[in-house]
Amino acid sequence: MSNAPKSSERVARGPGANNRNRFAKPKNAKGTFLRLLGYFKRYKAILAVVVVCIIVAALANVAGTALLRPLVDDYISPMLKEGATPERWNAFGGQILKMAIVYIAGIICVYVNARLMINVSTGVLLDIRKEMFAKMQKLPIKYFDSRTHGEIMSRYTNDTDAMREMLGQSIPNLIDSLFRVSGVFIMMIVLSPALTVVTVVMLVLMILVVKNLGKKSGAFYKKRQAALGVANGYIEEMSEGSKVVKVFCREEKIDSNFAVLNDNLRRAEAGANTWASILMPIMGNLSYIQYAITALLGTLMVVAGLNGNYPALVTLSAGALVSFLQYTRNFSRPITMMSQQFNSILSALAGAERIFALIDEEPEPNEGTVKLVNAGIRDGELYECSERTDIWAWKSPDGTLTRVRGHVCFNNVTFSYDGEKVVLDDISLYAKPGQKIAFVGSTGAGKTTITNLINRFYDIQEGEITYDGFNIREIEKDSLRRSLAMVLQDTHLFTGTVRENIRYGRKDATEEEIVRAAKLANAHSFIMHLPQGYDTMIVDDGENLSQGQRQLLAIARAAVADPPVLILDEATSSIDTRTEALIEKGMDELMNGRTVFVIAHRLSTVRNSNAIMVLEHGKIIERGDHRELIAQKGRYYKLYTGAFELS
Amino acid sequence: MIRKLFPAIKGYGKHSVGASLMIIVEGVLEILIPYLMTKLIKQGIEVPDPNMSVILTYGGLMILMAIFALLAGALCARLAAVAGTGFAANLRNMLFRKVQDFSFANTDKFSSASIVTRLTTDVTNIQNLFTILIRMTVRNFIIMITAFFFAIAVNAKLAIVFAVAIPLLAAILLIIMIKAHPMFEKMLTKMDLMNARVQENLIAIRVVKAFVKGEDETVSFEDSATALRKAQLAAERIVIWNNPLSQLIFYGAIIAVCFFGGKLIVAGDMGIGDLTGFLAYIGQILSSVMMLSMVFISFIITRASQKRIVEILDEKIDISDDDADPELSVADGSVEFENVSFSYSKNPDNLTLTNVSFKVNAGETIGIIGGTGSSKTTLVQLIPRLYEVLSGSVRVGGHDVCEYKLHALRDKVAMVLQTNLLFSGTIEDNLRWGNEDATGEQIEAACRAACAHDFIMSFPNGYKSDLGQGGVNVSGGQKQRLCIARALLKDPKVVILDDSTSACDTATDASIRKALRTELKGTTTFIIAQRIASVMDADRVMVLDDGKLVAFDTPKRLLETNEIYREVYESQMKGGDEA
Repeated sequence: MSNAPKSSERVARGPGANNRNRFAKPKNAKGTFLRLLGYFKRYKAILAVVVVCIIVAALANVAGTALLRPLVDDYISPMLKEGATPERWNAFGGQILKMAIVYIAGIICVYVNARLMINVSTGVLLDIRKEMFAKMQKLPIKYFDSRTHGEIMSRYTNDTDAMREMLGQSIPNLIDSLFRVSGVFIMMIVLSPALTVVTVVMLVLMILVVKNLGKKSGAFYKKRQAALGVANGYIEEMSEGSKVVKVFCREEKIDSNFAVLNDNLRRAEAGANTWASILMPIMGNLSYIQYAITALLGTLMVVAGLNGNYPALVTLSAGALVSFLQYTRNFSRPITMMSQQFNSILSALAGAERIFALIDEEPEPNEGTVKLVNAGIRDGELYECSERTDIWAWKSPDGTLTRVRGHVCFNNVTFSYDGEKVVLDDISLYAKPGQKIAFVGSTGAGKTTITNLINRFYDIQEGEITYDGFNIREIEKDSLRRSLAMVLQDTHLFTGTVRENIRYGRKDATEEEIVRAAKLANAHSFIMHLPQGYDTMIVDDGENLSQGQRQLLAIARAAVADPPVLILDEATSSIDTRTEALIEKGMDELMNGRTVFVIAHRLSTVRNSNAIMVLEHGKIIERGDHRELIAQKGRYYKLYTGAFELS
Repeated sequence: MIRKLFPAIKGYGKHSVGASLMIIVEGVLEILIPYLMTKLIKQGIEVPDPNMSVILTYGGLMILMAIFALLAGALCARLAAVAGTGFAANLRNMLFRKVQDFSFANTDKFSSASIVTRLTTDVTNIQNLFTILIRMTVRNFIIMITAFFFAIAVNAKLAIVFAVAIPLLAAILLIIMIKAHPMFEKMLTKMDLMNARVQENLIAIRVVKAFVKGEDETVSFEDSATALRKAQLAAERIVIWNNPLSQLIFYGAIIAVCFFGGKLIVAGDMGIGDLTGFLAYIGQILSSVMMLSMVFISFIITRASQKRIVEILDEKIDISDDDADPELSVADGSVEFENVSFSYSKNPDNLTLTNVSFKVNAGETIGIIGGTGSSKTTLVQLIPRLYEVLSGSVRVGGHDVCEYKLHALRDKVAMVLQTNLLFSGTIEDNLRWGNEDATGEQIEAACRAACAHDFIMSFPNGYKSDLGQGGVNVSGGQKQRLCIARALLKDPKVVILDDSTSACDTATDASIRKALRTELKGTTTFIIAQRIASVMDADRVMVLDDGKLVAFDTPKRLLETNEIYREVYESQMKGGDEA
């Protein structure tokens, strides 16, 4: 009777939970399980109470049924045969009271157990989620490159969800079932070893059925998952491309394609669902068959007992039969439940394994020891200070300070993402403090890669990159990145207000600094036009803003960070040229006194750089300022004059 | 609301009814078994001289019934699976077809993500509900009624216990659920918030790292994870009452039956075997009450899914070509706007395009420029009738666009959208969207015109290269060129390029335009561009500002007469003067 509807679980499942592979097997179930147990250490005391509760609840369940037997044999039958005296009635009432007490004790334990367990299981989940996220933040960019977002997301959704189900339901139920089954089994042996043999035979039969059905079900389930993946993929693709579909009048074609995929899914699903749902009626009715056989044999044994000519082993009292039949009903249900829980525990462990794999990933190396500090100048000497000045210094481990100037050099740098295909081939370049260096070239030429190397999103294989004379490997990573502000090609904003998004550049920026940065980026006027101005919420990566507006905010965000070096990677690509001309003044101010790396498709953006590098296939093929490059009449000249070719 | 979903049962009505019938058979048999057992035990225990053949008959009958119940149950599982999956498949087809009928305006209303959710998660939820309905409702209702009936037959007085226990249990379960449901909704919201946070960090991991925000992000993640835990605790704290309270009623019923049953037995109103049967009925009746309340709860829980699905089915399609002339085809590429106003919200006070009039002759090349938000895209989308004008008329080939069948119109007006997409499959598969029956030469010619042929041939599998996951990677510019080639394959009378070469370098851009002019001589071309060079060689250029057509003239004259055009020109060209 412990299978009360757990509708909560249904509600709690998020989208995608249906796609969880219920038949996944962990590689190392034992190791994963033990490691998972480690998270429970904090709750040792509570768990001890929980275990006691489970045992008491299970015992109460068995004992309650055990009290039923004497009720008939020792209390009711005597009254029938020998008359009902008040003493007999009192004894009968006493027995009923005993039953009630036992049941209530069990119920209290069930509640206490559940109440304590939700604290434990949600606590463990919280710890795991926290650990996973903190770890994720420390992983190198490479980790994210090699996995889809969906894949990592499912650690947080499907895998933790499966774990939640396991901790909150499967494991407690499994333990509960185990106690019940063993308690009932012992009572059965006590009552009648002969009839217990029938139970054991049926039990073996049931286990065989579950095993075989499980195998069949698993095979069909795999098929269903494959069909589901294809159909859902199609739905996703065509929903995203629905405008293209309409422009090309492909509606009917798409529709008939989908009908085919949908029908495949229907077939596969019908198979999988059949095998999944056939288990319950088969198990339930097998237990009825067992029930019937037991009743028949039991009655025969009772009759045999009345005859008195048979050995005690094959005889039974009427009360014992009633109890035994009750036990029989209580026996099969936990067995069916255990078999189901076993699968869900295995798949949850497989999920836990994936979560632990993430937690065990190698974090980003951070061997550097040189730190970025605020500095001031007194009598021509640098000194460290805590408040923000416009002067920065590199602090070596021995305490010496070096002023940050923004002098970046690449010396014979060679880099490959995968160790095979060379993306940057023997690049050497330098940016003197305050210079503006531009990179031009076609997609895939390696422009963005160069900037990704400066902030050590990736580590180079050969050569060295120096920053104010330090190899960037010597600089602590956070300090290195804090000294660089980036406006990236894909501007991403975060859920929060416009103000919070600008402040992302620097936590302690004042209101004036934020507005000043917004004005610098020419974002102030459109922000003031938003419904709540700076307090307007940005949702879904800035879906409510145009791409150009997002870029303006990203520029403001970088401006507020106010670092010595600025990297602009296609920062103005979505801003129309008129607006770009408008923000030029602000950009000039932003770039003033800083070393700036600019990547742009639009040559008008890079024209006034101190040096322009033209990249192709990972090599610098031309370098110089605008005039020099035009005079060279090489690739840059061609690119630049492409616009004029036809006029 | 749920009635709207009934048509999806079509073709699976037999299975649904069959499943329900089988489950009734199973249910009745399951009740009969304990009833027979009562008789059996009575025979064995209470009759002074037990009749062996009666015992064996009853016993054999019980076993036989259990076997039949097993078969009926298995058959029901199969039929219910077929019916449920069939129902879901029909529902998906209905939804998918409806979505295909959507106009752009309909599509804008639902995000693509929400359409996907409706077609996947929501359909699965409804499918589960449907299966539960046909399997559980009938079965448990039958079990509850029959068992109650038998209980009365055995002893009407004792059956009063159920009259108390059933409503009590149902009430408790429903109250718990009604209280817990909003808490779980709250928990789901918190979970969405937390997941959104993770997703955001995944998408923007480079920004997070570049600004050294890892620790701040971790702190705020911990906040949302803790909030989720709190919400989950609040919800679970209610639900955990479920088990102990149901057990309380169940055991309470057992105690009551034992106590009053004992009295009745002693009084001679009931046999000992009857008591055993009664105890079995307690389990059956109360667990079917629980199951029934679960059906009810599932119904409540899936209400949101039901609503979302019906929303799609009920959506009014705002563009229809029912009154169009099926014979009419686009004769030439002339395009004329007459006093066209347009509003996305269909509100005359909130116009996106205001009173636009112009006439373009067949074969002209028209450039369109204007700042962000000047409604360039809106204007061209009216030509293939992707949206409906609010007032005025759009004419293509001398006829109002409403007079054409949509298929006839859009076949001849090719549009390369700003946010363009290629689909999984080979390059050739994608190109064939333009023309299913295109020959190899036609495909190559279109790709040459779009400057795509050379890079396609540089892939190891050429036109057969796979664009899906694990296939070749195409850059933004290459993708745009494939999209142009795909549109050209339609052999259109009007081609619209909506910022379609923005990721191509200027030289490629120029040679595409050159090819369009020479290869598609009679075709009218509209080119929306940010780059002034892209429109400088057009026959005429439209300058849009804030939804109004402010100038429409040759580029040369615009340079003299129009300030916006001149500003854009100078912002992009001033470096050129120095060269």
